[in-house]
Parts: sequence; C-alpha cells; structure tokens
Amino acid sequence: MPDQHSHPTTLTVNGERHDLVLDPRVSVLDALRDRLGVTSVKKGCDHGQCGACTVIADGRRIVSCLALAVSYDGAEVTTAAGLGSVGALGALQEAFVDRDALQCGYCTPGQVCSAEAMLAEAEAGMPSHVTADVAALDPVRLSPEEVRERMSGNLCRCGAYPNIVDAILDVAGERGLA
Amino acid sequence: MKAFAYARPGSIAEALELAGDGDDTQTAYLAGGTNLVDHLRLGIARPDTLIDLSRLDFGGVEETADGGLRIGANVRNADLAADPALRRRFPFVSEALLAGASGQLRSMASTGGNLLQRTRCVYFQDRSTPCNKREPGSGCSALDGYGTYNALIGASEHCVAVHPSDLCVPLAALDAIVHVTGPGGERAIPFDQFHRLPGDAPERDTTLEASEIITAVEILALPWASRSRYRKVRDRASYAFALVSVAAAVDVADGVVTDVRLALGGVSHKPHRARAAEDALRGQPATPAAFEAAIDAELEAARPGKDNAFKVGQLRRTTVAVLTELTQTEGDRP
Ligand SMILES: Cc1cc2nc3c(=O)[nH]c(=O)nc-3n(C[C@H](O)[C@H](O)[C@H](O)COP(=O)(O)OP(=O)(O)OC[C@H]3O[C@@H](n4cnc5c(N)ncnc54)[C@H](O)[C@@H]3O)c2cc1C
Ligand code: SF4
Ligand code: FES
Ligand code: FES
Repeated sequence: MPDQHSHPTTLTVNGERHDLVLDPRVSVLDALRDRLGVTSVKKGCDHGQCGACTVIADGRRIVSCLALAVSYDGAEVTTAAGLGSVGALGALQEAFVDRDALQCGYCTPGQVCSAEAMLAEAEAGMPSHVTADVAALDPVRLSPEEVRERMSGNLCRCGAYPNIVDAILDVAGERGLA
Repeated sequence: MKAFAYARPGSIAEALELAGDGDDTQTAYLAGGTNLVDHLRLGIARPDTLIDLSRLDFGGVEETADGGLRIGANVRNADLAADPALRRRFPFVSEALLAGASGQLRSMASTGGNLLQRTRCVYFQDRSTPCNKREPGSGCSALDGYGTYNALIGASEHCVAVHPSDLCVPLAALDAIVHVTGPGGERAIPFDQFHRLPGDAPERDTTLEASEIITAVEILALPWASRSRYRKVRDRASYAFALVSVAAAVDVADGVVTDVRLALGGVSHKPHRARAAEDALRGQPATPAAFEAAIDAELEAARPGKDNAFKVGQLRRTTVAVLTELTQTEGDRP
C-alpha cells in the first residue's frame, strides 16, 4: 500500500493504457504532458478559463487543468492526437486545415476536442443558451450562432473564430446536424 | 499547492467517517472540481484530506410522487439542463444552467457543487489582498475597491460579495429543498435558509454544518412554472458571470397575475428571492406598469455603491421585459 500522498492511477490515453503512481495534486493535464509526454493537449490559463486543455474523458469534454488525475482513475482520455494523425486526419482536423481555422495553432487541439464532443452533445439533443425554446425538446440544428455559443469555452488569442465556426459547420453539415 | 491526502469513499457512511465531525478546513469534499481545484491551486482552500464524492451514486433526475423532481447531487449541470422533464416543467432552470460557464465546465460541474461554489469577488481570489471571507478579520477590500459586482441588497460592512450561481436563482424562486446527510443524520433545508447573508461571519456562505454532504436537490411541483424564464445580463454574450439576472415564473388568468415567483441574481450574498415584488404583483393586471411598480417595491431595499448603481436600472428593465414576454404569450410557452 503506497502512502496516502501517492496513488496508483490508470489512464487510457488515445487507446493506450498507462499505469501511474501520482501525487493527488497532479491534474489530468499535467499527468498527460509531464508524466506521459502527451503534448497534443495544451496548457493556457490553468484555471478553467481558456479551453486550451480540453480533452474528452469517457465521452465528455472536460478542461483537464481542473481535473485531478486521481479522480479520473480508470478514465478513457482522448486528446487531439486521438482524433486522427498526419496522413489520416479526423473530419474536424481536416476541416480546420481546409478552412484555415488557425493561426498559431495553440488553441487548436482544445478546439477540435471540444468540437468533437459538442457535435455529440448536439446529436444527443442537448439544448444551448441560444435554443429558442428549451421546453420544445426539438432536435438540434447547428447554426453559426449555435456553434459560437456552444464553443464559447474555447478562446483563440489569434482570433481565428470565423474560420473555426465555418470548419465546425462543415462537419456538422456532413453529420446532418446543420 | 499544499500537499493533501486523497480518499475515494465507496459510500456516504464511509465519507462521513473520513470527514469525522471535524473542522471543515481540514477536509474538503470533491465533486466536479471546477471550483475547488482552482481554489486548491490558488491556496484559498488548504485541506489536509480531500474526500472524493464524485463517484457516489446520489441518483439521477427522478420524478417525485407529488409531480416535482428530485435531482441527485452528482447530476452534472449539462445533463440536468438537457433533462426532458426539467425542460418541460421548469424551463427556467434549464435556461439558467445553460447561461452558466461553458460546455466543458457544465459537463464536469455537479448540482451540489454548483450550490456551494464560492464568490467570484476578485479580492477573495487574490491572496495578496485583505478579505474577510477568505481570512476572517483581515478586512474587506471590495468596500472601497473594484465594486462593479458588489451586492445591492443585504450586504454588511464585513462583506459585499454576491453569490455567483445561475442555477441557484430559479431554485430560489421555486422554494427548492436541499437534502443533506451529516454525522447527525439527514435534514432537509429550505432553499431560502440554505445560503446566508454575510453579517459578521462572511466566511460562512451557507448554513451547512461541518461534514454535511448534499445528497439531492428537490423541486416541488408547480404546474404553472412551465411558463418561466431566466435572463442573464453580462459583459459578453457568452461565458461570463452575471452582472444581474432574473428568474421569473408567472400564472395569469384573464389578464390578472394570480401568482408569481421572482428571484434575482448578482444582487446579494445569497440568491435573492424578490418577495416584496411578488406580494406587490399578485392580483394586479399583467401590465408593464404593474411589473415596474412591483420591481420598484423590491429595489427600495437596494443600497448601491459607487460602481454598481447601474445595476438598479438594469434589474428594473430586465424584470419588466421578462414578465412582459412571459405574459404576452398565449398558452404555456411562447
Ligand atoms: C471559468 C469559469 C466560469 C464559470 N462561469 C459560471 C457561470 O457563468 N455561472 C455559474 O453559475 N457558474 C459558473 N462557474 C462555476 C461553476 O458552475 C462551479 O464551479 C461548479 O458548479 C461547481 O461544481 P463542481 O461539482 O465542479 O464543484 P467542486 O469544485 O467539486 O466543489 C465546489 C464546492 O462544493 C463542495 N461540494 C461539492 N459537492 C458536494 C456535496 N455533494 N456535498 C457537500 N459539499 C460538496 C466542495 O467541497 C467545494 O467546496 C464557472 C466556473 C469557471 C471555472
Ligand atoms: S466583498 Fe467579501 S469576498 Fe470580497 S473582499 Fe470583501 S469580504 Fe472578501
Ligand atoms: S488551461 Fe485549462 S482551461 Fe485554460
Ligand atoms: S490559433 Fe492562435 S490561439 Fe487560436
């Protein structure tokens, strides 16, 4: 039994299982980058405000800077690298390239992970702040306004927003959500 | 970040045993972590032991025998906002959740944690400045400092902070019940008695006792709350805390307000139930003039400071607009 300040923690990252022993202060973000060398997730603010650290954990988008790794023991984590790779890009990655939806690219891994989960939320019928009538339980149609609202947790310091919205709408259209 | 031990109990009983009857500065409960992890990092929360409640099964969103809803404390904000029964019966609760934070944060944040989130007062979050809530007796930097977000109603010379939650505003309007379990057993706390005014003890946000765990929030049946709305006024169109917000449900017959529930956010140390406005409006014609008279009756209690006087007009306009929209439409919902 390890002492109470180090905890055996398993994270499956982009399909690969990792067994770690972690101080409970370590965030999922720091476990990924500093312990596992997974750099396809970025640290911006470390306070939950910018979205650069967004990953998908057990199907939900999270800001990994506010997630303690010990609390996510056993989780399946997907970072941007898990959505596709060079030569075999995922649909959103492809659309970001096609639409020139980045400048420096620092926010992009978080943007694509957030967008992937956001599209799944839309498919599941989850409403948003700009849904006209939440009580109607209508299926979600992603307009530019809907995409901007649903993606507002991902900041882009380069201001690539117009092209980010277009890229996401391309994929939303392919999936019958726009 | 100060070192702490971590435990993940398998039951409420085990969690209570770990917490003891002790002082809640030594242990802290963890749910979604979106407020607490930030505070651990900022050094505002300095527990010796973190007790992780995030995997305890407090139940989902369930219909109660009387037609209300029981919401388990670990139901995530995103899932609650999407719940069909909540959206039909209490649409303004869904709207309030969706007006808060971001997609990522809502998919992490729990119902219990949302109620217990701490103020966003900038001085509370900055350990280099005096703050009675963070360090009792050190003084209040907001009294003469940055005051845009300061309270209008119910503040004290010891603290002028506001409660930041969107969800809690419609819950106050609905007289929700907070179910808790502690070393002394279970209790049910009426929403109005859950959060407190600062008085001379601003370090206490709520009436929760040390070690008590929130297990559920219950909303009692209120059929006419299907006609309800939440409106949030903020500096950005999305992803910002409220300057002010209004949660309203109204029942109208033959052009007369037969009943109304009204609560205001961004106004007080606790989600503010506007009872004076409700009393003034019941039995009155559903007209903008009557709505204005009602909110003015409430705002008599407002004590604006140098930076936040604009919020008085903002609350008046927003309340009148929301009530007008709600009562102009025929049927349950526009
Ligand atoms: C960038 C940012 C923007 C935000 N914007 C908004 C906004 O616009 N509107 C809004 O309303 N909120 C906003 N929030 C706050 C967010 O809603 C809260 O942080 C969240 O609801 C807290 O829930 P949690 O489960 O993550 O709580 P945690 O961080 O895990 O815990 C918060 C507190 O609750 C206690 N706790 C949790 N569960 C229980 C329980 N079952 N029993 C007893 N104690 C418990 C913890 O000990 C801790 O003290 C924002 C947060 C961030 C980081
Ligand atoms: S208003 Fe309250 S939270 Fe803000 S500095 Fe004063 S005491 Fe602290
Ligand atoms: S680094 Fe996590 S939100 Fe900014
Ligand atoms: S592309 Fe530079 S921050 Fe978004």
